[in-house]
Amino acid sequence: MPKAMNDSIEIRLGGVGGQGIALAGTLLGNAAALYDDKEAVFTQTYGPEARGGASRADIIISDNPIAYPFVTRPHVVAVLFQEAYEKFGQELAPGGLLIVENDLVNARTDDADVVRLPAVKIAEELGNKLAANIVVLGYLIGATNAVSLHAMEEAIRATVNARHLDLDMQALNAGFTLAVEAGND
Amino acid sequence: MPPETAAKTVAPEAAQRVLTGRRFMLGDHACAEGALAAGLDFFAGYPITPSTEVAEHLASRLPAVGGRFVQMEDELGSIAAIIGASAAGARSFTATSGPGFSLMMENIGLAAMMEIPCVIVNVQRASPSTGLPTMVGQSDILQARWGSHGDYGIVAYCPSSPQECFDQTIDAFNTADRYRIPVFILMDEVVGHMAERVEIPAANEIPHVPRKRPRTKPEEGIFLSYAPDEDLVPPIAHAGEGYKVHMTGLTHDERGYPELTPETHDKLVNRLVDKVRLNALDIVDFDEQHVDDAECVVIAYGCTARSASAAVDQARAEGLRCGLLRPKTIWPFPEERVRRLLEIGKIKRFIVPEINLGQLRREVERLTQLPTIGLNHAGGAMPTPNAILEIIRS
Amino acid sequence: MSTPQQDDFAVVHPFDHLMRADRLPHILCGGCGIGTVIHGYVRAVSESGVDPDRHVCVSGIGCSGRAAGYVNVDSYHSTHGRALPFALGIAVHNPELKVTVISGDGDLMAIGGNHFIHAARRNVNLNVICINNFNYGMTGGQVGPTTPIGAKGTTAPQGSIEHPFNLPYLAKACGASLVARWTILHVRQFTDAVLRSMDKDGFCFTEVLSPCPTSFGRRNKLGEGLDEVEMYRERCHIENGAQNLEELDIDIVDHEQPITVGNFVDIERSAFHA
Repeated sequence: MPKAMNDSIEIRLGGVGGQGIALAGTLLGNAAALYDDKEAVFTQTYGPEARGGASRADIIISDNPIAYPFVTRPHVVAVLFQEAYEKFGQELAPGGLLIVENDLVNARTDDADVVRLPAVKIAEELGNKLAANIVVLGYLIGATNAVSLHAMEEAIRATVNARHLDLDMQALNAGFTLAVEAGND
Repeated sequence: MPPETAAKTVAPEAAQRVLTGRRFMLGDHACAEGALAAGLDFFAGYPITPSTEVAEHLASRLPAVGGRFVQMEDELGSIAAIIGASAAGARSFTATSGPGFSLMMENIGLAAMMEIPCVIVNVQRASPSTGLPTMVGQSDILQARWGSHGDYGIVAYCPSSPQECFDQTIDAFNTADRYRIPVFILMDEVVGHMAERVEIPAANEIPHVPRKRPRTKPEEGIFLSYAPDEDLVPPIAHAGEGYKVHMTGLTHDERGYPELTPETHDKLVNRLVDKVRLNALDIVDFDEQHVDDAECVVIAYGCTARSASAAVDQARAEGLRCGLLRPKTIWPFPEERVRRLLEIGKIKRFIVPEINLGQLRREVERLTQLPTIGLNHAGGAMPTPNAILEIIRS
Repeated sequence: MSTPQQDDFAVVHPFDHLMRADRLPHILCGGCGIGTVIHGYVRAVSESGVDPDRHVCVSGIGCSGRAAGYVNVDSYHSTHGRALPFALGIAVHNPELKVTVISGDGDLMAIGGNHFIHAARRNVNLNVICINNFNYGMTGGQVGPTTPIGAKGTTAPQGSIEHPFNLPYLAKACGASLVARWTILHVRQFTDAVLRSMDKDGFCFTEVLSPCPTSFGRRNKLGEGLDEVEMYRERCHIENGAQNLEELDIDIVDHEQPITVGNFVDIERSAFHA
């Protein structure tokens, strides 16, 4: 588990249009670059590649300036869509963290270390399943320390619509708590 | 737009011209913010991937700070409109990519000939023709320098990060106004579509170089729009100020009137070229890493320079005497700096990685007469640090 | 008593201050109608009640495109076809200015045709005078977008085989706020149309038929410039407010066909202000 990486962490988020994948990636970038004083680069699928099918958002977070901006071997892959799982799951670096949305992705059983996160269900219970991306973010940062919880809260506060703020904060904390509890087991 | 609409659709902070503070933003958006910070008054453009985000961003931001945004019918119209607006005193700007840049070429020559400042960002994609619209290219380097018919001087910046997109867009406006020339920002799709931290200074810390303006009032006699000072740059009067200027793309005298003789033409065109050539030391901008004792120097720009920088650091860690020269102005090319480095006498070879088939390599070969190795890709992908490192090692 | 000087006797033309006298002699041929249009424009500037310093003239390329070089207001001689977007930039950036485009049929309607339809569609606040002489005069008489079927040009030696544009119909269809067609014979009327355009917020279009004896008239048996003007006198009939613009094609070589001129469109339509 790539917990508390120093130097550099590469993260790939995968899903389908409307799941807030790009927003989640941007939030990670904002949190790292603006509130944690780290370096961060964000790129995403673009153009025909992004239409239909799996979309992805890539983030590199580092203590040092980042030269090459693209994710090549992600330490973390989080997917909310089956096609994204098929496409990006196998790109995970050895020993990396794979998070799949439990109801939307049917992960192979041989992925022993996969985290099956009921993000949509948790978000639904909190009031809106569209916050599933934020639940995933919460879990991701709880499991990796890629950015601090505080930084992510600040990023959410500065970025999302005020109407969704409470929901997103609850979603973030729900995901984060799950990861911390899992880590303590 | 009427104020009540503006209040509804634009966030309160959007009415600020300079978004002072730290932001995490796309290169395309940083470029648009740089233009706003530089005092952009007028934008005319036609949507084209991968530059569209520049226009989209300005469509919401520019009217809110009192500027004017026009979506034109094509790039021929966009470039003509920004030249016209600039003739009326606007800091004006357009954003495009390869195919649109090609369409703008004729009027880029007009801006050079009329000496009307304007700024054009070209977010380069894989070309020629329609090529790979959504994928990276760096193949408009020579077109930027030589694309319009005839001889003329221009400046082209080449940012490697969203921060530089912001900073160099400001530089571009200042340089355009300072020398009365069209200025390009040669971004590329990678830099345009990646987000990174951008530090935006306070409004009063944004460098501002104004146009040289007439030193006489209209009633004090005929104003000569093309009578240069010692720096070869003439002051400019704007439409509506009473100077009764005449500007033409025809060969003209200092008054701006057509004078169709070989002598006038030769004198005028030489000045258009010389005002950039002879002021190059003031214009040129570059960055470097470990060049002083380098035996091998990588020359790279835009997104490619990012990989080159990582490769050079790694090579140094392996004990290889290698350095990086990163032209931030690709035109004029940092010729003088390269000459100095050659005088040190240690350099044995150059490596020029670029996403084209050797456009800048040709310039480096011409200047240095030393072995110059290209790492070339026609477009769609940028070289990795490892690919460059392997050439350094070889 | 001092000796009288030449200047004491010089007759000052009332529009001298609106012409660049230092640019004379002009390049236009004898019998050409462009000078008459320039006269109409400067008269309109003079009568507009707006300080000439606030007037701007933009042109494209060609004989008509040289108009900007002779009028003593801020003037810009842009590239072939691009007078309209150049003028748009000026007019949109500084809405206080009265921007007039004077250019030819080839410049505005062929190479610049796309800008024409879109400037009219947007209803940009521009005053556009199209001097229509039915051919590319400066380059020696090639056929263009207004050359009537059958008329000869160097690029159609057997006569043009293409349908020409009917410019008022085109301008109206594109959304122009004001549309007029006159000839250089109708000096007062086209000057009034231009004057009205300067006062109107929106895209205003005046077509002015004009002889080009050197390149077009000679080749199409229209005689000297004055002969063509005489032909306008015989064949033109004025129909202000004409509704049937689609029927008002001009067949200048068929001597039987009437030519309908007039102020055709003058409507209120919100103008483009970015």
